Amino acid sequence: MTDAISPSGAFVRSTVIGEQRPPHRVSGPVLWIRENLFSSLLNSVLTLVFVASVLWVLPGLIRFMFITPVWVAESSKDCSADLLKHPVGACWGFVNAHLGYLFYGQYPAVERWRVDIFYALEALGLIWILAPKAPFKPAGLVFFFLIFPIAGFILLSGMTSIGLATVQTHYWGGFLVTIVISTVGIVASLPIGVLLALGRRSKMPISRLVCVIMIEFVRGVPLITVLFMANVMFPLFVPEGWRPDSLLRVLVGVGFFSAAYMAEAVRGGLQAIPRGQYEAAQALGLGYWQMMIKIILPQALKIVIPNIVNNFIGLFKDTTLVAIVGIFDFLRTIQASLSDPNWRSAEMPLAAYLFAAFIYFIFCYGMARYSLSMERRLQTGNRH
Amino acid sequence: MKKIIAAAVVAAASFGLVTGASAGTLDNVKAKGQLVCGANPGTAGFGVPDEKGNWTGLDVEYCRAIAAAIFNDPTKVKFVPLSSKDRFTALASGEVDVLVRNSTWTMSRETTLGVIWAGINFYDGQGFMVNKKLGVKSASELDGASICVQQGTTTELNLADYFRSTGKKYQVVTFGTSEEALKAYDTGRCDAYTTDRSGLAADRLSMAKPDDNVILPEVISKEPLGPLVRQGDDQWLNLVKWVHFALLIAEEDGITQANVDEKVKSDDPEIKRILGTDGKFGESLGLSNAWVVQIVKAVGNYGEMFERNVGPKTPLQLARASNALWNKGGLQYAPPIR
Repeated sequence: MTDAISPSGAFVRSTVIGEQRPPHRVSGPVLWIRENLFSSLLNSVLTLVFVASVLWVLPGLIRFMFITPVWVAESSKDCSADLLKHPVGACWGFVNAHLGYLFYGQYPAVERWRVDIFYALEALGLIWILAPKAPFKPAGLVFFFLIFPIAGFILLSGMTSIGLATVQTHYWGGFLVTIVISTVGIVASLPIGVLLALGRRSKMPISRLVCVIMIEFVRGVPLITVLFMANVMFPLFVPEGWRPDSLLRVLVGVGFFSAAYMAEAVRGGLQAIPRGQYEAAQALGLGYWQMMIKIILPQALKIVIPNIVNNFIGLFKDTTLVAIVGIFDFLRTIQASLSDPNWRSAEMPLAAYLFAAFIYFIFCYGMARYSLSMERRLQTGNRH
Repeated sequence: MKKIIAAAVVAAASFGLVTGASAGTLDNVKAKGQLVCGANPGTAGFGVPDEKGNWTGLDVEYCRAIAAAIFNDPTKVKFVPLSSKDRFTALASGEVDVLVRNSTWTMSRETTLGVIWAGINFYDGQGFMVNKKLGVKSASELDGASICVQQGTTTELNLADYFRSTGKKYQVVTFGTSEEALKAYDTGRCDAYTTDRSGLAADRLSMAKPDDNVILPEVISKEPLGPLVRQGDDQWLNLVKWVHFALLIAEEDGITQANVDEKVKSDDPEIKRILGTDGKFGESLGLSNAWVVQIVKAVGNYGEMFERNVGPKTPLQLARASNALWNKGGLQYAPPIR
């Protein structure tokens, strides 16, 4: 292959050069780093500060959590750096020893298999209705919203006629209570919230008034007040001897509270639906409920998925407030265990609260991820 | 906020008066099949869950003792953990039958809240914790010391009273929460830390080096803690009061969990009265005559309860001091059963 020099003396290339890689300064990792991390003086400084702080914290944290912790312990003595004569990290032995208490509360040890089945049923129901590819969806809905609550209630509180000993709710505690309260709150809040939102936009004055009062009254007070009313003041207003279970009262309070917030989220979605959709549905001859169930709600709920999940996550974390009325949720059982003199030490809370953060994070992050994937899946056809 | 709570408590109290007087609490408890006990949400030595989740502690065992007296079964108790804010409301509203939750007996509480104390199961009082390095042996040597304390508490007021009455100088360093105050003391911000002595014993354990800290012998305030009930039901008040006395009398007469079965056969007239082989003292309370036997079998006598939960062999290492029996130099004194 020869290049020719034209008679005029200009260089003419007679063959095509094959594809070349771009210069490394305008592509590849170097470019990515330059564009994303060091694009300006400020960003460069921020990057360096951030990297430095991660390097400063991370090795210590990893050493604390995974390299030098105490995995098995009988009491705080087994985690004491003074007694062991070497530095110790997290006292996972504390979490280990209290695992039963943290996940079942005071539920009798011989009956804890019932709680395990309850957890399994709940997981099954959730996967069934949440996983996009699971079969028999309607059956799944019936299972989760009808069969599971009844079966779960019988399992947890017992039914002597079928051989399950009664376990009063004051024995329930720890993660079990957190799950029960958030499940009831989540399951009850969506249908009640939708009804309240529809009622608030209804043209019927009485039902609108009732819904507005309900929503605004509940939203106007903090959850703590609702819980305090339900648990401490409520007994004053009812006849002597008629005293519903305290956990039940809290469940009702939490259910109404989350429903009011849900109603507002759903109302936002309803308002975002163009008027044409309502008119088109009416032009087709659909009645109110048909229009709502088939046309409006599916679109409205899709729009407010982020808000709904936001409410769920908030509710999951708000369950810790029930500790104020003496119900031992997951966080409260950890705090109570920490005050045990056999386990009391300066470092013990670190491991305990790290564990609590880990558990809460798994659940909240899981919900957030699911809502993201849900949004992506339902986005088809909504792009204009 | 405080006013609202106070108003709620007063409202609850007036209701409580009505409900308490109209229905016998003992009959209610018997009908329900369990005692509902307002308990501690987690105070070392008085009410904490162990690894298995069983409630342990001095106050918890008082509830068990009452249940044992009524049902001959110490497990027939429902514990309702209460915060210090809503404990009196819960008692006055009938949510709990008895409140055994480190509650200090004061005049204003008894005259305004519709509640009444049945006795004192723990004589507590405010004390000081100092670092051993200071070499301080007594609170009288704390002249000029800086002292960490929680803001807005009676503890802070007692501290001021104490130093004013002794004419010594001190520098107070206040913090919003007891944890912050404790942490500040532990990191050397102050020379001493002050709170109730039973609390100090537990707080000492959460120091970086517990053994480097000592609790000084002085007690600068009175904090009598004990079980309380609603006003207006004297039968129930008597029952709770005499369960407390029975625990003291059992210790005084050497009746323990281990030897109670032996003692039942005793010919000693006093022990016969106590253990119900002579007289009808239990029936007069609405209980069985073997009520003391039931109590002691379930939880032991007062001394045993003290040793098990807060005594020198426990991590709290509290001495009997004021809580010893009257004939051993303490303040615990029970009228006779006769």
